[in-house]
Amino acid sequence: MATVTVTPQRGILRRPMATTGFWSWFTTVDHKKIGILYGISSFLFFVIGGCEALLIRSQLAKPSNTLLNADQYNQIFTMHGLTMIFLFVMPMSAAFFNYLIPLMIGARDVAFPRLNALSFWVFLLGALFLNSSWFMGGAPDGGWFAYAPNSTTDPGNGMTFYALGLLITGIASTVGAINLAITVINMRAPGMSLFRMPVFVWMGLVVQFLLAFSLPIITVALFQMLFDRRWDTAFFDPTRGGEPLLWQHMFWLFGHPEVYILILPAFGIFSEILPVFARKPLFGYQFVVFSGIAIGFIGFGVWVHHMYAAGLGPVANTAFGISTAIIAVPTGVKIFNWMGTLYGGDLHLEPPMLFAIGGIAMFVIGGLSGVTHSIVPSDYQQTDTYYVVAHFHYVLFGGAIFAFFGAMYYWWPKVFGRMLPNRWGKVQFWILLIGFNLTFAPMHILGLGGMIRREYTYPAALGLTVWNQIASIGAFTIALSVLLFIILVVRTQLKPAGLENEDPWDARTLEWTTACPPAVYNFDEIPTVHALDDFWHRKYAEDETGRLVRVPAGGSGEDHPGGGHAIHLPSPSFWPIVVSLGFPLLGYGVLYSWWLVAAGALVIVIGLTGWALEPSVAE
Amino acid sequence: MADAHADLVHTEYTSTGLRSTKLAMWLFLASECLLFGGLITAYVLYRGQSTTGPYPQDVFDIGYTSVSSFVLLASSLTMVLAHNAALARDYARMRLWLLATAMLGLCFVGGQVFEFTSFFREGLTLHTNLFGSTFFVLTGFHGVHVTVGILMLLILVAFSFRGSLSDDPAFPVEMVGLYWHFVDIVWIVIFTVVYLIPAPPPHGAV
Repeated sequence: MATVTVTPQRGILRRPMATTGFWSWFTTVDHKKIGILYGISSFLFFVIGGCEALLIRSQLAKPSNTLLNADQYNQIFTMHGLTMIFLFVMPMSAAFFNYLIPLMIGARDVAFPRLNALSFWVFLLGALFLNSSWFMGGAPDGGWFAYAPNSTTDPGNGMTFYALGLLITGIASTVGAINLAITVINMRAPGMSLFRMPVFVWMGLVVQFLLAFSLPIITVALFQMLFDRRWDTAFFDPTRGGEPLLWQHMFWLFGHPEVYILILPAFGIFSEILPVFARKPLFGYQFVVFSGIAIGFIGFGVWVHHMYAAGLGPVANTAFGISTAIIAVPTGVKIFNWMGTLYGGDLHLEPPMLFAIGGIAMFVIGGLSGVTHSIVPSDYQQTDTYYVVAHFHYVLFGGAIFAFFGAMYYWWPKVFGRMLPNRWGKVQFWILLIGFNLTFAPMHILGLGGMIRREYTYPAALGLTVWNQIASIGAFTIALSVLLFIILVVRTQLKPAGLENEDPWDARTLEWTTACPPAVYNFDEIPTVHALDDFWHRKYAEDETGRLVRVPAGGSGEDHPGGGHAIHLPSPSFWPIVVSLGFPLLGYGVLYSWWLVAAGALVIVIGLTGWALEPSVAE
Repeated sequence: MADAHADLVHTEYTSTGLRSTKLAMWLFLASECLLFGGLITAYVLYRGQSTTGPYPQDVFDIGYTSVSSFVLLASSLTMVLAHNAALARDYARMRLWLLATAMLGLCFVGGQVFEFTSFFREGLTLHTNLFGSTFFVLTGFHGVHVTVGILMLLILVAFSFRGSLSDDPAFPVEMVGLYWHFVDIVWIVIFTVVYLIPAPPPHGAV
């Protein structure tokens, strides 16, 4: 333990010193613990969002169903989208970035450990704030993209909760993005040049920049929407000259980079898993990196393809049709590089590899239907139908969620010192793959057959019943797979920790040179990096004929003799959680009372002042 | 951004040789550019689109706002002087200039409050027309930024009396200065776009 001597405390709050035990989780600034907190909370929201999906599929399982009424259905599909995007995929990516980036670049922590804690707590409280709307007059019900003027004139507080909830979680993401970007830029170990970084770290860097530059746009739009709703401004009110289309532009100018914020982490995960289980270096590392960067830039120039049917005219639609076709190129480059990695490899089909290959295959299907959307006349037929629903579930569920499951199987031994069971993992994969395709493949047919997105029921005469029933069966198959995963996790965690081999996958990157789980200080000595896939090169060399031979003294576990006493780490702190408490107060204040706004602002100002007075390492 | 101590642990070595706090401040300000960019875009988009008055030319007093703009820009000079004093380890002078900066900022915000009140008396509110909505939200956001800056300046002064500005007071002063100059620069854009470029004739009056 890298504890420091306890001295009498100055300041308002006594400095928390514990680094173990239940309460230490509330004051921790350790990137690994914060990563685990992110992971647990976002998985919880995955389950909640999944239950909402099951309600949707139950309602649609038969024609003219009355399980849910139209109003309940609106709230549930809106919250399903918001939960899955903002409360699951984004924070789950943050979980992996938090845990792995410092380990992968050879750092002891992120650049700003307390800001890291702040991002997590603001995210969690913002997420709870958004979900508290269920009990305070009804959840948001205007769809996840909340088109004006429907969203600005919608009665009740639901859409106000939407604006405030997304503003709060947006603050969390902005703080986190700046922190992680600076970590990658400034905290790399000696020798870890940018082009020796794992692709996962690269994709993390691109995602943080996308967040930093797209979130302010949605922040402006959300404030305008909030002001329209709460103080009757005219931003999106056509009766006073306002332009509802402005909301669509602002939303999608954020919303399309957001799509890449959701999927680039998965690309990073695929790029880490494939080489390890194909026993080959990643094919065309620099191509993969540069195409990720290219996606980051072009991602800001394609937003109108969400708005073809809004009537912007043939010139705008053509221009954005072309840019959309262009962004498929770097994505295709990545796919071919992954195939090149697999080609001629010695494939080990363990669960992480299955999820990676399955995820890429599903993503390709979604990508192909995406190309059909990029063509304007074709999109006119598909827009607002289940074809679109099928498309984005193939890319986001097929891409991101398969990648997350693969990542969990892959890094579980690193994080918890226990292996998830291999055989059951494969079973879980196959159930998920089958359930996923049963659910979303029929939606292509439903959409082309004329089933409109977001409608809460359909008459039997439309002939949509059979495919809807198959999709509903599929949804419960997915639920079964997730349930199996939870059971596997519980059973694994009940076993004592300890691995026979601390490098179970024969991995390539720096995080596997640490103990499983890593010590609080990560590395006894900050490593010096000599190559891409440095850990691999420490383990293997080539003989005269080019065959790999194991370096005798290399291998895992050599790097942690249990020292680390002289390492000063940032101490735990109360301030991040104190400051974060101010944000939901502000939110409820805007809805109910100026006194709460004042209280929230006061908490934040006092919290930040106390924070600034507190040295990051206790003396 | 009250995280001036955050990189104490890491001062020995960083990949770029720059302090992480400074890089983070730059990235934060870059992100802020898009925030103000969005707000200014909305204002420009809705110029001349209001369906009822009062219109900009009915309420603006360019002379008055020019003076308060000058006050705000002058505060950038005092901010630089404060930083210089901090570098020279002349902390009395540093406090003086920090307080001067805060006072100038306060004058600006006070002037803005007075301006808002007089516009309000002339019948322009958040919900009167598009001009009211876009003007108050844009300049209001800027005013909040200046207020946050004043708060940080005053906290810096208070901390410097307590001797809790770390070993290198010039650094937090520089960080707050970066933010302060940014807010000033944004005002130059807002003042030009909103006040100086003549508004087109009212909607439908062409």
